[in-house]
Amino acid sequence: MSNILIVIHVTDNEVKKSVFSAAAFAKQAAAFAGGSYSLLAIGSDLSGATAKLATAGAAKVYTAQAPDLGNALAERLAPIIEQVLLAGSFKMVVSPASSVAKDVMPRLAARIGAGMASEVVGLSFDAGRFTYLRPMYAGNVNGAVQIDTPIEVVTIRPTEFEALAPSGTSPVETVAVPAPEPVAAKIEYLGFEKAVSTRPDLAEAAIVVSGGRGMKAKENFVILEELADLLGAAVGASRAAVDSGFIHNDFQVGQTGKIVAPNLYIACGISGALQHVAGMKSSRVVVAINKDEEAPIFQIADYGLVADLFKAVPELTAAVRALKG
Amino acid sequence: MKILVPVKRVADPDNANKVKISEDGLHVTSEGLEGKPNPFDEYAVETALRILEDGVGSGNLRGEVVVVTIGPEDASREVRQCLAMGADRGILVVGDDERLDSSIVAKVLAKLVEKEQPDLVLMGKQAVDGDSNQTAQSLAQLLGWPQATFAGRIEVPADLASAVVTREVDGGAAKVKVAFPAVISVDLRIVSPTGVDNTVCGQKAYQEGPRYASLKGIMKAKKKPIDQITMDQLGVDQTLKVRTVRFTAPAQRKAGVKVDSVETLVAKLRDEARVL
Ligand SMILES: Cc1cc2nc3c(=O)[nH]c(=O)nc-3n(C[C@H](O)[C@H](O)[C@H](O)COP(=O)(O)OP(=O)(O)OC[C@H]3O[C@@H](n4cnc5c(N)ncnc54)[C@H](O)[C@@H]3O)c2cc1C
Ligand SMILES: Nc1ncnc2c1ncn2[C@@H]1O[C@H](COP(=O)(O)O)[C@@H](O)[C@H]1O
Repeated sequence: MSNILIVIHVTDNEVKKSVFSAAAFAKQAAAFAGGSYSLLAIGSDLSGATAKLATAGAAKVYTAQAPDLGNALAERLAPIIEQVLLAGSFKMVVSPASSVAKDVMPRLAARIGAGMASEVVGLSFDAGRFTYLRPMYAGNVNGAVQIDTPIEVVTIRPTEFEALAPSGTSPVETVAVPAPEPVAAKIEYLGFEKAVSTRPDLAEAAIVVSGGRGMKAKENFVILEELADLLGAAVGASRAAVDSGFIHNDFQVGQTGKIVAPNLYIACGISGALQHVAGMKSSRVVVAINKDEEAPIFQIADYGLVADLFKAVPELTAAVRALKG
Repeated sequence: MKILVPVKRVADPDNANKVKISEDGLHVTSEGLEGKPNPFDEYAVETALRILEDGVGSGNLRGEVVVVTIGPEDASREVRQCLAMGADRGILVVGDDERLDSSIVAKVLAKLVEKEQPDLVLMGKQAVDGDSNQTAQSLAQLLGWPQATFAGRIEVPADLASAVVTREVDGGAAKVKVAFPAVISVDLRIVSPTGVDNTVCGQKAYQEGPRYASLKGIMKAKKKPIDQITMDQLGVDQTLKVRTVRFTAPAQRKAGVKVDSVETLVAKLRDEARVL
């Protein structure tokens, strides 16, 4: 029997869709190996999140709440996860690859002497063991990896596992939160500066409109925002657009930014460097608007428009507006 | 102050789409591709140099920058590149890339920290070949040190005893203060003009990106020492915890069609792709 523990950190009582993607992954893993999956939620206040978390099909939902756990410091979170892991009979611990998970899970892995597979996109099971598929070399190679430790630590790419539909109600158990370890006193949380966006979450949006260096200036992003708002889309960007100060880094798509896989991705003034493509190539339909017909983005776009974006984007907005009546 | 910067040699990341998988699916070969320091690690070297600048423009650092790589012997070339940027000396731990995982690398680094006693380990957030993003966090745990990952900006007070790190995280930026000794992993924005404030220089506007080695730097680097050591000498258990059993080529996107106008595009998106 192989039980699996999903770990998530909750802020503002918000339960992300990625939790249900992790549940889909854990359900598959548990079905392969025979066993069940549980969920550990950590945060400063889970009161408004627990009911929703209890619909993720988990055998049990563990909640770890304390005032200082809102800050998601790895030094604080890793011991809590370890405690829950060791109290149960877990064979695998998995988390959606959020920035919190990327920060905490490798620390946890080292703590329990476990091997870890990052950003897993596929799972198989043969001869009694899991094989994880994970992208390497900016998504140009997939590695099938196996982990040789009693507990296996995994983060998954939520975009690759279709979210489980919420159902049922799992029993909830409160975890006694251990006191901070001495190392936690060596790090002080000073605050959070929120990247404001009124649009859908980039990682979960059905449509993404992205701009690159070709946007030329911060002010020009207005034309993308107009299109995005009409489509109910999120706005994304290339690294060059972020580095040029056109947009906050939280909106960078790519190998080292956000991984997106919307129904429709519209790339405007983006050349299509492999580091950018790594973050959006699982999109269902890709549109590229670029004035250079040789731009590499056209090699992966379903629909390419060779045009000046300052003319084409407003035209597109007008056409979509007309279409929507 | 001593800063240890682990640097991995990777195949030219701008040509990562040219790496090949061997016929038996057991190896990735990057033949024909140039070796480069992992970009994030180059950023970490730049960051270390910015932190230790003395503020009077003497060119002397307020401490030592030690670059370490675990890799084949000829990875000394990439170490030398970092020395040419301005790092003081190098350590090469001989190892075969295919026989390494993050856990082994972290253990090697922990042993070196024991020997070298740095105040800070400054490293890339991820090696762009394996794309694991694990080593800094694992090392911090092994050492019992605090970690500040994904640093987009670092402020260090004049006493060099701590750092205020602006971390690039989902939804915005989280600020933490870490007391040294600590592990910090850097993100892309650390090499923006205002990525580092070391107090003694004031908030200086640096050039965008890591510095190029000057001719003088390259000449000097030839004389800087690179010590070579083996993992056995360090007493590190080299059993892999994570094994890649097979490499496969991911599905490729194909080029679609070029459309001649916005009108055609909208029609296709509506009637063919059915996304509008
Ligand atoms: C370690 C590392 C990690 C990286 N990670 C990422 C990442 O996560 N995400 C990412 O995006 N990049 C990443 N990069 C950077 C990447 O290599 C490219 O430099 C970057 O994606 C280029 O952005 P861009 O396409 O906007 O700019 P450019 O490559 O400069 O392209 C601009 C495009 O705009 C077009 N254009 C200009 N004007 C117009 C106009 N008026 N109308 C229409 N088209 C126009 C041009 O033809 C050109 O194709 C990374 C690089 C490194 C070294
Ligand atoms: N073989 C290596 N030699 C030196 N440093 C390494 C090596 N592998 C990883 N690192 C360091 O660990 C960081 C994260 O790598 P990874 O966890 O493999 O993505 C890199 O940016 C390097 O600083």
